[in-house]
Amino acid sequence: MKTFIGNVLFLDRSDINTDEIIPAKYLTEITKEALKPNLLEDLVLPGFSRADTQDKAVVVTRENFGCGSSREHAPWALEVNGINVVIAESFARIFRQNMYNCGMFAIELPKEKIDGLFHNYAGKAVTMEIDVDGNQINIQADGKSETIDFKVGEFDKTLVKEGGWVGYADKNY
Amino acid sequence: MGKTIAEKIFDAHRVDEPFPDTHVLKLDRVFCHEITTPIAITDLMARGMDRVFDPTKIKAVIDHVTPAKDSKTAAQGKILRDWARRHDIKDFFDIGKNGVCHAIFPEKGFVRPGYTIIMGDSHTCTHGAFGAFAAGIGTTDLEVGILKGVCAFHFPKTIKIVLTGALKPGVYAKDLILFIIKELTVNGATNMVIEFTGPVVDAMSMESRMTLCNMAIEAGGTCGICYPDMTTVDYLWDFIQDEFATKADALADYSKWVSDADAEYERVLEYNVSELQPMVTVGFKPDQVKTVAEMTGTKVDQIYIGSCTNGRIEDLRIAADVLKGKKISDNVRAIVSPATPAIYSMALKEGIIEIFQDAGFCVTNPTCGACLGMSNGVLAEGEVCASTTNRNFNGRMGKGGMVHLMSPASAAAAAITGTIVNSLLFKV
Ligand code: SF4
Repeated sequence: MKTFIGNVLFLDRSDINTDEIIPAKYLTEITKEALKPNLLEDLVLPGFSRADTQDKAVVVTRENFGCGSSREHAPWALEVNGINVVIAESFARIFRQNMYNCGMFAIELPKEKIDGLFHNYAGKAVTMEIDVDGNQINIQADGKSETIDFKVGEFDKTLVKEGGWVGYADKNY
Repeated sequence: MGKTIAEKIFDAHRVDEPFPDTHVLKLDRVFCHEITTPIAITDLMARGMDRVFDPTKIKAVIDHVTPAKDSKTAAQGKILRDWARRHDIKDFFDIGKNGVCHAIFPEKGFVRPGYTIIMGDSHTCTHGAFGAFAAGIGTTDLEVGILKGVCAFHFPKTIKIVLTGALKPGVYAKDLILFIIKELTVNGATNMVIEFTGPVVDAMSMESRMTLCNMAIEAGGTCGICYPDMTTVDYLWDFIQDEFATKADALADYSKWVSDADAEYERVLEYNVSELQPMVTVGFKPDQVKTVAEMTGTKVDQIYIGSCTNGRIEDLRIAADVLKGKKISDNVRAIVSPATPAIYSMALKEGIIEIFQDAGFCVTNPTCGACLGMSNGVLAEGEVCASTTNRNFNGRMGKGGMVHLMSPASAAAAAITGTIVNSLLFKV
């Protein structure tokens, strides 16, 4: 199982597409590691700079994250930068499935909860940890802590625990 | 309660339901191209699982960057080519025989009503035009598809779109789907199938239906679906005539892949499209759509006619109709890429290639190339492209470039004036 704890990158925009997460010109790479310097290279978001992705483990964002191209290079670009969790109001289907297929978390929270996260924590030093068995996000900031419950399907949780879909499918089909 | 076509296809292909709302489906087709498949192949090799479930159900093509533009793209092609040979995948289309995946696979007769199809490509939804369930997936799902011939899906609800009336001259399937995406928004169909129905769809060619279904993903849709009918049978007839005595028999068989009248839908939307005008995208999202009339006069630097959305023979005919006897503006450059070799040959025989060349177009070999900003027409910073493709994301056709999506007719008209303009101006 991957690790799900660390600092948070807040991306305050909806419809961030996979071309923005990793541009098509890097799709000629045949290792995941090669994608590392180019995460979110084409993101259109005022105030954002590539340096903001340093030392982050969790992304918090708005609606329809990961829309567009099916490229699994998008979760991989996150993964090789140490980011195994994205928390959003909603995800594009293929991106969401790619995350779980890689044993990563794509957690959906209602809009009010996401609004709350941005309001309370954006711009601050904050760490989040996913409690896989408890279905909870544990948040630490300013010496205070908060927990938020989330829902995850049994299939998705199984993929996280087994480290992805290839191993599971090979065993079962 | 009746069933939708998607439910019927799920029921006919389900091999397991290991968890609630987790449907593991048997696959009829796994399509592959050289961008997303090589990394699946190398991962399977690293796991000691370099096998394929059934080489006759796997179809592969080099289409995104072809001929290879550099060592890296050459290496991607080589991995796919070597793998196809190693596993005796007979339907592998290499340089000289290759075309854009979502154009060449239907053209070769690989898609049938009721099929389940996956591909590591988001526009796999195109094949739903034949009444199939066809979904884009990522590399991990592709690996499992190649290895085991199965894929897991959550059950998709269905949005039914009923299109009535008749399209005006100068208005095409592309204008219609841009209008629908504007209505649905970029995530209005996420985790859902979009059924396109009604007299307007019934009257459409397979090419136009593919244009509609191709862009279902731009509203977040898992798959676009049209019901199979006699148009579908006619298109497929060369490939199915050994299976059926008559076309009527084929139609009778395929008619099981139609939604029941009392099927349950997430939403049903009805539009009379008789007053619809030519449409064009304006921003970096495919739901940012205006009429061509509103955008008339907007300057462009490049015209691109091609792709899995609008690079088929019907599209080239429509564009040539506008271009015949005219020259492109001195202020633009224009590129046309017929989507497959067969389309290229047809266009040659019909004199369409000559019309494009006389007008000043560059005619390229069949490839994705410019559509995703990889080769054959990448934009420079600050440049604007009038394009028949399906994505206007920031940087899609080149970093810092801007893309206006439109129909082949509108793109051809833009080539003549160097600006966005109604194509009817140029029809005799
Ligand atoms: S033509 Fe464009 S959208 Fe279609 S498969 Fe090729 S790159 Fe993708």
